[in-house]
Amino acid sequence: MVAPTQPQTPAAAPKYTKADFQSDQEIRWCPGCGDYAILNAAQQVFAQLGFPKHKMVMISGIGCSSRFPYYVNTYGFHTIHGRAPAVATGLKLANPELQVWVATGDGDALSIGGNHLIHALRRNVDIKILLFNNRIYGLTKGQYSPTSELGKKVKSAPYGSIDQPINPITLALASEATFVARSVDIYPKHLMEILRKAADHKGSAFIEILQNCNIFNDLAFDHFVDREARNRYNVSLEHGKPLIFGDKRELGIRLNGLNPEVVKLGENGITEKDLIIHDEHNPTLAAILSRLNPPATADDMEKAQAKNPGSILPLPIGIFRNDRLPTLEERTDGQIADQKKAKGEGDIRKLLFAGDMWDVK
Amino acid sequence: MTPPTATGIETTAKKHETIDKVVIRFAGDSGDGMQVTGTHFTNTSAVLGNDLATFPDFPAEIRAPAGSLPGVSGFQIQFSSMDIHTPGDRPDVLIAFNPAALKVNLKDMPPNSVVIVNTDSFGEVDLKKANCATNPLDDGTLDKFQAYKIPITELTMKALESIKFQEKDRPKKERNKNFFALGILYWLYNRPMETTMNAIDREFSKKKDPEAPLLVQAAQMALKAGVIYAESTELFRSQYTVAPAKYEKGTYRNISGNVALAMGLVTASKLAGLQLFYGSYPITPASDILHELAMHKNFGVKTFQAEDEIAAVAAAIGASFGGSLGVTGTSGPGVALKSEAINLAVMTELPLVIVDIQRGGPSTGLPTKTEQADLLQAMFGRNSESPVGILAPATPAECFDIAIQAVRFATKYMCPVFILSDGYLANGAEPWKIPDPASLPKIDVKFRTDPQGWAPYLRNEVTLSRDWAIPGTPNMEHRLGGIEKSHIYGSVNYDPENHEFMCRVRAAKVARMAQDIPDVTVHGPEDANTLVIGWGSTYGATRAAVEDCQRRGLKVARAHLRHLNPFPANLGKVLSRYKKILVPEMNLGQLLFLLRAKFLCDARGINKVQGKPFRVSELIEVIEKECK
Repeated sequence: MVAPTQPQTPAAAPKYTKADFQSDQEIRWCPGCGDYAILNAAQQVFAQLGFPKHKMVMISGIGCSSRFPYYVNTYGFHTIHGRAPAVATGLKLANPELQVWVATGDGDALSIGGNHLIHALRRNVDIKILLFNNRIYGLTKGQYSPTSELGKKVKSAPYGSIDQPINPITLALASEATFVARSVDIYPKHLMEILRKAADHKGSAFIEILQNCNIFNDLAFDHFVDREARNRYNVSLEHGKPLIFGDKRELGIRLNGLNPEVVKLGENGITEKDLIIHDEHNPTLAAILSRLNPPATADDMEKAQAKNPGSILPLPIGIFRNDRLPTLEERTDGQIADQKKAKGEGDIRKLLFAGDMWDVK
Repeated sequence: MTPPTATGIETTAKKHETIDKVVIRFAGDSGDGMQVTGTHFTNTSAVLGNDLATFPDFPAEIRAPAGSLPGVSGFQIQFSSMDIHTPGDRPDVLIAFNPAALKVNLKDMPPNSVVIVNTDSFGEVDLKKANCATNPLDDGTLDKFQAYKIPITELTMKALESIKFQEKDRPKKERNKNFFALGILYWLYNRPMETTMNAIDREFSKKKDPEAPLLVQAAQMALKAGVIYAESTELFRSQYTVAPAKYEKGTYRNISGNVALAMGLVTASKLAGLQLFYGSYPITPASDILHELAMHKNFGVKTFQAEDEIAAVAAAIGASFGGSLGVTGTSGPGVALKSEAINLAVMTELPLVIVDIQRGGPSTGLPTKTEQADLLQAMFGRNSESPVGILAPATPAECFDIAIQAVRFATKYMCPVFILSDGYLANGAEPWKIPDPASLPKIDVKFRTDPQGWAPYLRNEVTLSRDWAIPGTPNMEHRLGGIEKSHIYGSVNYDPENHEFMCRVRAAKVARMAQDIPDVTVHGPEDANTLVIGWGSTYGATRAAVEDCQRRGLKVARAHLRHLNPFPANLGKVLSRYKKILVPEMNLGQLLFLLRAKFLCDARGINKVQGKPFRVSELIEVIEKECK
């Protein structure tokens, strides 16, 4: 038996609306949660892709974000804590024709599932991992997460978190992910654009989505993502273009040795030519850019603004890296094809009747 | 029939005796190639038509300190002209390559048995490494044995004088001392060299060494020199023949449990028409299954060496969700890590085969030694109500059949099924009558493709299993998950009555496997009042012991369980017929616990946890006492 025969791919891609990707399950996220915006963006993008929805699978682990598969009307698998990338790897190897998305959170992907994340990425399995990063444990009611800032006061750290947070983008790049990007829950157009590009990418795609938990970590990112702040404190990464930002696009990022720094265009003779030109095919540059971070908290931001406002680094959003390399499925199926060519299609009789044999008559 | 004599050498032995069975133990340093030597002897004896059973016994360290007591590696084989079931209790012949090997193994040797030693490795340093205060070669230690003190290393070097390796001449030659020793035994037991000669050709010529052809020549010359040495020096008083055993008609090969299990999985995948996905993380003594399967890519087998045990099982579950045959293989410590994921397969009702090659525990325990102490882990080692199927092969060759059965149960009942093998079965070998693949019944697997009248948790009335509907099937999009689901529709559901209902259904489904399990058969006299019942690899020793007692008129019967969960349907009735029930196990009483709990019977355990299989004599002793 093989997988059921699919109807021949129709000449025209299936036409969907967002409603086709809404399941009949009641959504149980808190009102005002950033997850709604991400779900909405994903459903819209899925409708636009025109990819047959019966070949799409949403896989998740445990946590608020991991309820995602229940709300998308495709195949879905709500697995166990941290293991979604491993389940997705097996599924994708079993049937490489599927489009597989993983929904995960900062605790699920970076703490309990850290090992699976890095190995799925390094193997370049063709799965798209959406990391909902809200810098907090939501479903267990507000403990610090691996992305929580130092000193964060929560129930499990009443005197402040003493754990150095992890940088998800740096980690993904170090794990050899071939598509690495960042967006924000409240930037629907940007988010949809990134999701579309991730869908087009063949290989492991890692997208960090900054997501607001309005119950346990409300406004965690506001000091650099709200309407007033985002022009000054975000820089959009666009392939082949210089890193320019600011309310009047008057600021840029220049490399000073190995260190990126904020410069003002026109000041001291600085022009666009002095700025970093983004190259999404350069993992070394991507690694440097992943270290660009605005102050972690609103307090830190205030302090920095009081000290030297001009030097505050912006948060890069967009695609850090985008390279097409052979996927795990391609390599697996390639070896199988090679072996079939070399040895012929496997024959059980030949398998069993082998080695030193003797006949009893 | 007259067995073929050693190739090209005339036999001039004065005496020539025919005997029924022989037990040989090869012992040396873990780097001395004892496993290879033993395997050559095994394959030669198999091709000769002897029945045989083997017991490789080696340390966990790859190269433990050379010459030390913990570094001793052993390989025992019993070969016979009769039907045998164990590698033998006590060796007739020990061949010891150094003082440590002699010291460790001599306590197992009966008086007057044959002890062959390589005198070249009994220098002062060697003795010190083995903590020998005096030299056992001349301190009287060997007085009660037929000791053969042979300078094997020097004789090997002399035999290979005509060969000159460009690099590392001496070590490369010395390494052939085990082939020289093998030659001595081939002469003693009248074995032909052909099988080994061919194997040397096959295996050594593959070596990356630029001098590979010379390596082949050296090994073959050493083997031949050993035969000639035994022949021309009239070393032994007699030469022995062990005639071929009586076998059913057919084609045979020698097979180890792990290889049989791997082949069973490949065969099952073809019988089911499913792609085999094997997710595994290297662990002793299960890794050989991964190695074997990784070679069979032309069968479409997908092997996945995962980052850890959890990923290995999680990927297998993902593959099953996608319509492949998801299998994960490991040993006890790996099962502990996989427990949560196994429960995901219990909850989502996806087929999953978990191969547990049990080893000594708890924790890291005795990685290379055998034990059967994971039965209760397989049965109960997960949170909440977690029913799974559990099967256990009785012999190395039976691993093939059990693998196919496990796949049949997992796909038919849509649930995880354990295969509990162990280190003894995994590495031990026996002759196997190769089945005709055409005679193996197909495994009937159908994916649900018709959305009409379907729901994710709608069940088959006979098996209680839900349909296997896989991603890629139009109009059947649905969501699975570890969170409790509603009956039939599979929505997230926290309703108390629904939860209890689903728990009971999952249990009932596994219980219904019993409808496909053959009744347990009892072997023994009608009027027996004692039943010896075992499971897994204790089969051989139990059978040999009970048959011995039966021959002497003891009223004892035996039965063997291959299905541990559920049990065969008639088991309760069978147990109720006996006044005494004895349960031999390589644990502290795990099947015993299940039998007592389930059938309220006064069964008693015969238990051994030494990392070694039972000796037949140990069991006989207990059975005799209990039968009185």
